[in-house]
Amino acid sequence: MGFSFIRHDTNYDFVGMRHKAYVISIVLVLIGLASMLFKGGLTYGIDFAGGAIVQVKFDRPVHDDDLKKSLEGANLPGLAVQRFGEGETDYLIRMSHTDESAEAIRTAVTGALTTNIKDASFEVQRLEMVGPKVGADLKSKAVEALYYAVLLIAIYISGRFERRWMASAVMAGTLAGGMYLLGLVGVPRLWLVPFSLVLTLVLCWKLRLNFALGAIVALVHDVLITMGVLSLLNKEVDLNIVAAILTLVGYSLNDTIIVYDRIRETLRTHRKEWTYAHIINASINQTLSRTILTGGTTLVVILALYVLGGGVIHDFALTMLVGVFVGILSSIFVASPVLLHFGMPEEEKEPAPRVGQEGAV
Amino acid sequence: MKEGFRWRLAVVLAVLLFGVAYVLPSLPGIKSSPLGRFLPDSTISLGLDLMGGIHLTLGVDVDKAVENSLTQMGQDIRTSAREKDVFVLRPRVLPGDRIEFVLAKAEQRDVLGELLAKQFHQLSVAAPQTTDDGQLRYVATMKPEYRKNISDMALEQAVKTIRNRIDQFGVAEPDIRKQQDNRIQIQLPGLHDTQRAIQIIGQTAHLEFHIVRDDVDAEKAARGILPPGTEVRPMIRRGADGSQAETPVVVDKEAVLTGEYVADARPGFDNFNQAYVMLTFNSRGAAMFERITQENVRKRMAIVLDGKVYSAPVIQEKIGGGRASITGKFSTAEAQDLAIVLRAGSLPAPVSVLEERTVGPSLGQESIDKGILAAVVGGAAVMIFMVVYYGVSGLIADVMLCFTVLLILAGMAAFGATLTMPGLAGIVLTLGMAVDANVLIYERIREELRRGHTVLSAIHEGFDRATLAITDSNLTTIIAAAILYQFGTGPVRGFAVTLSLGIIASMFTAIFVSRVIFHAWKGGSGDKRLSI
Repeated sequence: MGFSFIRHDTNYDFVGMRHKAYVISIVLVLIGLASMLFKGGLTYGIDFAGGAIVQVKFDRPVHDDDLKKSLEGANLPGLAVQRFGEGETDYLIRMSHTDESAEAIRTAVTGALTTNIKDASFEVQRLEMVGPKVGADLKSKAVEALYYAVLLIAIYISGRFERRWMASAVMAGTLAGGMYLLGLVGVPRLWLVPFSLVLTLVLCWKLRLNFALGAIVALVHDVLITMGVLSLLNKEVDLNIVAAILTLVGYSLNDTIIVYDRIRETLRTHRKEWTYAHIINASINQTLSRTILTGGTTLVVILALYVLGGGVIHDFALTMLVGVFVGILSSIFVASPVLLHFGMPEEEKEPAPRVGQEGAV
Repeated sequence: MKEGFRWRLAVVLAVLLFGVAYVLPSLPGIKSSPLGRFLPDSTISLGLDLMGGIHLTLGVDVDKAVENSLTQMGQDIRTSAREKDVFVLRPRVLPGDRIEFVLAKAEQRDVLGELLAKQFHQLSVAAPQTTDDGQLRYVATMKPEYRKNISDMALEQAVKTIRNRIDQFGVAEPDIRKQQDNRIQIQLPGLHDTQRAIQIIGQTAHLEFHIVRDDVDAEKAARGILPPGTEVRPMIRRGADGSQAETPVVVDKEAVLTGEYVADARPGFDNFNQAYVMLTFNSRGAAMFERITQENVRKRMAIVLDGKVYSAPVIQEKIGGGRASITGKFSTAEAQDLAIVLRAGSLPAPVSVLEERTVGPSLGQESIDKGILAAVVGGAAVMIFMVVYYGVSGLIADVMLCFTVLLILAGMAAFGATLTMPGLAGIVLTLGMAVDANVLIYERIREELRRGHTVLSAIHEGFDRATLAITDSNLTTIIAAAILYQFGTGPVRGFAVTLSLGIIASMFTAIFVSRVIFHAWKGGSGDKRLSI
């Protein structure tokens, strides 16, 4: 046997810690929500809000204020100057949407910098201009993506884990119908995701799809905390961040499902003699080394991306870093203990799967 | 397992061969070497954010195309009616896809009604109203299905024209596609002269020839008093220093000839080495040009491009042979670009730039370098850890990791996927998640060994039991990736493709390939120990 630093026979009482864990989770979620509320929602990047962004690289350090002052005469609406990466050579110059073409913006910026900053030469590395209409479209697309992610994943988990595809189909139908009705009433698309989440949770609860319920609670928990951190750090939400959030949705569930798989397996063998809390605890402990190892390796590579990957991918990596970390914790402290509160899942009706190529897990 | 070992090994080797064959062409120097002839052509294409280039979203103003079509219809109604001695006056386009015209003699109502029903079924005509002076005023609305037809065709035509222009401009691997809401998305990798590209792509290039009315009093014209059927157009005059000035020119409203009869356009140089654009008409255009020049000797002919007069030479004599030229103190590049847009034809409707993203080449290279550095450092850390933690089995997991990355890259080349910065991040992320399947299997094997199973049965149990958990957990990530692909654009799509390929590849290597290796390693021997 190789080396191992996590004892195989750990027996932590995770379920017993659940109340403390809930308090911590709720506090973290509330801090994030408060931050978002206080700042009037998340800040959108130009992908969603429209506007323009020019990335310039100077051949020597330039002071923030000098740069800002030199651009003030250029008549750029909503001008903001922001350092990019480390040091004082790379900057992002942002502006809100104008009717000017990207070329006019480029000319204005380069003109102002050439005249006003004499001792340093620079290069425009990137220029992005998103019109307000395209921005609004990208936003509704992003919202729709999150909505479909919730829908499909809820269906998949309830179908897969509870073997109740009918119930999950009912849920899908109700969810899609409900969203359609909300659309008819004229509810803004942005509310689609919170509405669909609440509706999904209620449906899971009513249809007694406990695993799906637990997984989605954990998912919402992870996403809310991650977005809260983004809000606290004043990060802007752009397309890459949405991609990161959807990926962490996948990762968070991935982690939860491994533990759930084990719970189902333990349930099958020990349903009669063990309490539900005991079964959940044993399952979490049995998968603990895997959770920590995989979580650890994933965190290491994302950390490498965060530190070495460069400015373009920086916020993406940060989002993943927070999300994966919270995702690991939530699969242990949220997703599994939550199962306790909704009673035992139904006894599985079909015969135990044959042991062989597919295997019983 | 034992009886299936041979074909399993064959599958693994075949996949390995596929991976190597598809990755090799993307490495520098391989494609041009003798080996390159035996390999597939497809290479991994780099996204704009990595190689630099321009991404544009254009909005096509289809309303304008509809309006143009209505204006044309107004003229057509007038002309067709005149052939039957019916006089239709003042056709005018109204908002809401409507057109208005007046019938001079109310008693010809039936003749006009029949004509409209027969030749202009695209219009639904409301009952006419009698005006104060006894004429009939008609309002006709374009039918919605015909409107859709026009806007679809305008979009289609715009895509075709833009593609033609870009092809002639010479960009390697441009990507031009239609999108919803009358938008066109254009990706031009490796191109950095945005201004020139947008100029060429966005120019409507509507070319017309008008007869100049030098007989009109310029002073009156300046005050807006114009004879019917004429209009004022600005004429561009360029100084030697490149400065531009505009002077008004009075021309006949109706064009005598339009750009649709142009067969070819080439830049040329005159005796003073001044660039100009030489036009060649097609046979019908040549005949028309000959007739027009014959009828208008000593008059000036204005060459109007997108509403502006570029030159207005005096017609000295009948011009046969179907050639004309546009002069206007062009630079060589301008003459070339103008020739390109004229050759490719005019856009059916004006376009506007809704979104523009330009990435410089140096930033792209920097992104690649940093992304690869992050991948190498992160990957190395994970690989070292696996060997330390799982011994020889960890080494197998590392081989699987390399195999996975090879398959991701090969898959990207085979499917023509584009590697973007988020895609690179996707590969790095996969490195971390790819070991998940191995870890699940190994932890399971360790468990089975602790329960007192033999090495061989522990391996089998471990693989069997972990397989379902691996499939289950990865499917959710695949769902997320599929949604990202469906709703994402550009770089996000690249990320989704990379992520899905990574998951599928890592499942294959961890479940299938690694099992074959374990079998080869421990299958035959009665070994009691396992380095895991």
